[in-house]
Amino acid sequence: MAKILDKQRYKCALAAMQTVQAIDRALPILHSGPGCAQKLSDGTGSSGYFSPNIFPCTSINEKDVVFGGVKKLNSTIENSLKVIDADLYVVLTGCIPEIVGDDSEEVVTRFEDADKPVVYAPTAGFKGNNYKGHEQVVDAIIDQYLKKSDKKEEGLVNIWADVPYQDLFWLGNLREIEKLISELGLKPNTIFGYNRGIMNIDKIPEAQFNLLVSPWVGLSNVKKLEKKFGTPFLHYKTLPIGATETSKFLREVGKFAGVSEIKVESVIKEHEDYYYYLIARYADLFLENRVINKQFSVVADAQYTLAITKFLVNDLGLLPATQFITDDTPKVYHDAIREEFENLNFGIKAEVLFETDGYKIHNNIKEHDYHGYPLVLGGYYEKELTEELKGNFLNISWPFQDRVVMDTSYAGYSGSIKLIEDIYTVAVSRFN
Amino acid sequence: MGVNLDNSNVATRENRIGSITGYIGSLKDLAEQSECGTLKGCSRCFSQSSTCLSSCALGQLCGIRDVALIHHGPAGCSVAAAGSYYMSKVMPKKRGVTSSTVYVGTDMNENDTIFGSTETLRSVILEVNKRYSPKAIFVSSSCATGIIGEDIDSIVDEVRDEVGVPIVAVHCEGFKSRIWATGFDISDHAVLQSIVQPPREGVKTNKINFKNFFESARPEIIEIFKRFDLEPVFLYCNSTVEELSHLSESLATTCICGTLGNYLGNTLEEKYGVPYVRSINQCGIKGFEAWLREIGKVTGRSEKVEEYIAEQRAIYMPQIEEIKKELTGLTAVIGMGPGYTFEVSRVLDELGIKVVWALAWHYDKKYENGDVPPSMKYLLENNIDFEASVADQQNYEVMNILHKYKPDMYLSRHPGSTVWAIKNGTPAVYVADEYMIFGYKNTLEFAKTVLDAIRNRSFEENLAARTKLPYTDWWYKQNVDAFLEEAK
Repeated sequence: MAKILDKQRYKCALAAMQTVQAIDRALPILHSGPGCAQKLSDGTGSSGYFSPNIFPCTSINEKDVVFGGVKKLNSTIENSLKVIDADLYVVLTGCIPEIVGDDSEEVVTRFEDADKPVVYAPTAGFKGNNYKGHEQVVDAIIDQYLKKSDKKEEGLVNIWADVPYQDLFWLGNLREIEKLISELGLKPNTIFGYNRGIMNIDKIPEAQFNLLVSPWVGLSNVKKLEKKFGTPFLHYKTLPIGATETSKFLREVGKFAGVSEIKVESVIKEHEDYYYYLIARYADLFLENRVINKQFSVVADAQYTLAITKFLVNDLGLLPATQFITDDTPKVYHDAIREEFENLNFGIKAEVLFETDGYKIHNNIKEHDYHGYPLVLGGYYEKELTEELKGNFLNISWPFQDRVVMDTSYAGYSGSIKLIEDIYTVAVSRFN
Repeated sequence: MGVNLDNSNVATRENRIGSITGYIGSLKDLAEQSECGTLKGCSRCFSQSSTCLSSCALGQLCGIRDVALIHHGPAGCSVAAAGSYYMSKVMPKKRGVTSSTVYVGTDMNENDTIFGSTETLRSVILEVNKRYSPKAIFVSSSCATGIIGEDIDSIVDEVRDEVGVPIVAVHCEGFKSRIWATGFDISDHAVLQSIVQPPREGVKTNKINFKNFFESARPEIIEIFKRFDLEPVFLYCNSTVEELSHLSESLATTCICGTLGNYLGNTLEEKYGVPYVRSINQCGIKGFEAWLREIGKVTGRSEKVEEYIAEQRAIYMPQIEEIKKELTGLTAVIGMGPGYTFEVSRVLDELGIKVVWALAWHYDKKYENGDVPPSMKYLLENNIDFEASVADQQNYEVMNILHKYKPDMYLSRHPGSTVWAIKNGTPAVYVADEYMIFGYKNTLEFAKTVLDAIRNRSFEENLAARTKLPYTDWWYKQNVDAFLEEAK
């Protein structure tokens, strides 16, 4: 049911065009109103091989609403194949064709014999938000493009994480997880970002297992892959940030993949040694500043709220105030996610609220006693609020307004060092 | 033009003033055909994404301080809330004021498309009113709510007494018009319908309504107008509801962009007798002087205006003449909204740069008063002609043109467009700030910027040498009009 969306932090399912955009040489074709792509795109980092303003679009008008837009969809797909050089064409439907009943799927099947693959994902805005839309696109690729393969490649691991573009750090995080997986002697396979694309998509059925690093997004996809190709999956709910979680992550992946303990522990040791070398050198900063207190709140999607809470508690020794999950997580996942927040060092439990109403989140933060300056990691919406509370703010979740991130990662050992740098850069900019 | 302020619906530009988005030919032909009424726009059987009229309509309204926008639709429609929040923080800061404008969505889902959700909308309106006590409330529809027939007007009427502030329905179905500028008219209509009051009796003012986007030249214009004893009221960015309620009392209305301002300007003239300054716009020397003189004429300040012009000419004209020597003979392709394309073409001509092709994102055959746009008239009277097309930001057409004409520069005003020219190896100037070519000083700076842009082509050449363009060879061999079809 409709509800008040005050300080909204997600887009609609059609924004899964950004999931397509993150796949090298994959082109979204929109069957939608003329302005959906522009609205759903992000201002910066979008001018790659394809950009939202060149996504083909049926640009539905009043006449199409009355008479249907099937003919236009057909000519748009047909001409996209002629005009734009892509490896994969993904037709995405917006609200209008799904309300007026265009049979878009039938139109797309007419292109089964085209030189390049054309798939279709129903992503009407009212069907859910872009986290769900992302899953729809991956589903469409699994269902309509991937073929069964008898070949299995030992050590090949498909890695799935959260939603490109919605997650500003998607590229850096994926590369970092790939790197860690490689160090275990495994072969990572991801489909997003530079130089991955269709070649990597083709390899998906051959993987030894699927690794999902996300609290809930993508779970339906890896289950589908298991059903279609018999590929088992490891669901690791927490994006690993910092030594505690990353070492745990490596041990679990190593165990699941059958990597020797000696190998896993040697990888961990090398990283931890360097990590604690840095932490030791900067421990004075963490302990002896007049700005960062112990209590913090994260306002983000399930992925970051969980990951950062664990990092700040288990690595840096901070204490969680209320944590907020803003991605409209489907109810079915709430309990499992909540459980993760109750499983922190020293029996610490974080209260977590699944809340999409920013007004309520702000009231909650205002009313909480942080015993000093609050540390708030959230969307741009929390900037002014935190300033009013004389706290420290870092923009880590959508919307992003006052920072530029190209391929920064917060994941792993090195990513967590970057996160610490960002948090304490805020801290050293003031003196109390 | 007969504006009906009793109805919340505005006719689209296509229906109201015969605007088109598809044409290829020459400037002369376009103008002649529009004058004699034979111009018919074409449609395309292949197009790339453009812009939603709701972005223009609601983007304007959320610039007003301390108001609430409620966008009734799925979460993608109201995604502009994030940008609006940002703007409501940074823009007032420039003036040293604050804004508590809010933009909320209703996160409509599939059930709502079947059973409707006007009751939720009602409760959202009341809740927003309670939370933020806005000075006015705008309630917008979306494609989805429009098609399923949500009766936003009735809900707005029903809650009007309870909220106790101006509240109005804003009809923003994105499929209504391919011309996003229709959204500007929609925002003007909403303001005129709900906020603007008839002039108070006996109130004398020296105010002049100045419609613009982001008021970057506000301090400069205040200074200029002071000399004429005029006080500009900038709209809508950073406006207050109180200011807007008195627009009908101003001496005149002027705007930085004909496409942006013409609905408001004409309606204020028609309903309240506030003269609308119709001249070529303020870009370049000829435009700036013609505009100032018109303001002088309308407000009875011609003498002071002439003094100012003479003084400024003495400072800037020698410098502009100097730089013109370096620019003369360069070629340009430009792609902008019609409120700028035909104005910037004139400026380029003034600076000695030859326009080889001009694209307008749409074209209004005539303005609300029935006239051909003044910028077109000027070009025709001065015998300036070039190849011209009308395309709603169809980038593949732009690339085809750049590929064939290889101009020295591409000038564009819309996000996401200049980067493609650069990838093609063409230096590009992003004319985003509406005041970039305003008046003497900015015209000089613009000329210097153009020169800087083409002087160091390192960025363009580095990128172009390593970039594979996404368009096929097949497409580059086609005529630009390959996908244009006669409108049925």
